[in-house]
Amino acid sequence: MAYWLQQILNALQLSSIYALIALGYTMVYGIINLINFAHGDVFMVGSFCCFMAAAFLGLSFLPALLLSMIGSAFLGVAIERLAYKPLRQAPRVSAIITALGVGIFIENFTLSLAPYPKVIPPLLKNITWALGGVTFSSLQLIIILLSIGLMFFLDYIVYRTPVGMAMRAISWDKTYVPLMGVPVDFIISITFALGAGLAGAAGTMYGLAYPVIDPYMGIMVGWKAFIAAVVGGIGNIRGAVIGSFILGTVEIMVVAFFPSTYRDFVAFTLLLLLIIIRPYGILGKPRTQKV
Amino acid sequence: MNMHRDILLEVRDLQVSYGHIKAVKGVSFTVRRGEIVTLIGANGAGKSSILKAISGLIPYTGHILFNNQDLQKIPAHKIVDLGISQVPEGRGIFGNLTVQENLRLAAWQRGDKQEIATDYDRVYTTFPQLKERCHQLGETLSGGEQQMLAVGRALMSRAKLVLLDEPSMGLSPLLVREIFKVIAEINLNGATILLVEQNANMALRLASRAYVLETGSVIMSGGGKLLSDPRVRAAYLGA
Repeated sequence: MAYWLQQILNALQLSSIYALIALGYTMVYGIINLINFAHGDVFMVGSFCCFMAAAFLGLSFLPALLLSMIGSAFLGVAIERLAYKPLRQAPRVSAIITALGVGIFIENFTLSLAPYPKVIPPLLKNITWALGGVTFSSLQLIIILLSIGLMFFLDYIVYRTPVGMAMRAISWDKTYVPLMGVPVDFIISITFALGAGLAGAAGTMYGLAYPVIDPYMGIMVGWKAFIAAVVGGIGNIRGAVIGSFILGTVEIMVVAFFPSTYRDFVAFTLLLLLIIIRPYGILGKPRTQKV
Repeated sequence: MNMHRDILLEVRDLQVSYGHIKAVKGVSFTVRRGEIVTLIGANGAGKSSILKAISGLIPYTGHILFNNQDLQKIPAHKIVDLGISQVPEGRGIFGNLTVQENLRLAAWQRGDKQEIATDYDRVYTTFPQLKERCHQLGETLSGGEQQMLAVGRALMSRAKLVLLDEPSMGLSPLLVREIFKVIAEINLNGATILLVEQNANMALRLASRAYVLETGSVIMSGGGKLLSDPRVRAAYLGA
């Protein structure tokens, strides 16, 4: 029982980080139908922002987190303005190739500045508790609670504010959104800022949990978050969270009961099967074109 | 020049092209403050393109002046701020937003919560069916209800000029009459109306003046007596 609880706690931690990244994929897809393949690298830049805030500026946890979120948000908006906006009317495949290119550019740009892996100094005093055979750390709790808090914050913005209404309207059909007086470009920028900001938060927390960071760390984590978003139903915000929790749980459980090298193999196989059964993802719906 | 001051919208030599196809070939017309003006014509006459150009949704050449201000360089969402609202062809309801959210979005440029609440009431008084469904998603509405919601959104924006693109499309004669009654009401409350219709009979009864379009050009214009013009009757009224 204690072993199970331990694994569930570990799964929650991993899933929360996937979810914060998956949200960015799904929001951008929802609003401009683009798989933003540079998103995993925004997560990586978030980690490096946290590293710089801690190592060079000597900031503590919360300011470092904020700086990392703001830095990532700016990067997200810059990517959209410079790389994707000029291609909005272009075939989707051009935009996707551009996204891959942007990702490779960010990785190599970071590599040129940081040729060796960096170590993020511990920003939080990590206290560990043992309770009936389950050990949990303050870092783990902070990661889980903060992620859930950020998800509720995003949910509030998307489902309770005019900006969120505009985002959802654009995702339905952006043709007539300007007729409501809504500046579409501004809403798209906000969407990128929110998605990238959450990825920055994920990068910070990931970096605190696994402090050795390098410019390629975003690739695998990014792919997994992307797949979590697809499993949940890409374009669907709550789906991205559900998909992330499925993926994170499967990964942790595989490691708990099988050799850890099976992790990615089993996880991806399960996800492929799920996609075969439900091609639009768990909460995704095939859109019928209305006349 | 009192006449000139009365002009709310002036379209001068408007041309719209889609690639090599010219959809609108030098159309000019005016809409005076307080009028209901209708553009009638068959499918492909260029009616919708004219409305889209006025709202800034598509590029065009020529001039569109609203309150003597040239709209050419103004982005679509700012044109709404100036006081032009469009009820687009096919209604353009956001199916994933609730009825009330659709209305709220149309009041985007307005901040005053109190006023917005007053306007919800106004819309719900005009269309009681919408009130019953205010928390339902737009996609669950019937065609008639969607049209009411689309007109409701125009009310929310408090537009000075309301552009309506085929509000009768796909509706039963009873609903068409109801929608046209509301359009007349909106006009009585001070908004100027530019109505695009294939249902020429209804449109001509309502409008103070009409322009008849054929393949991208104005071929006729006039007041209510267009109804009895034999050419109009033959072409659009099935008589």
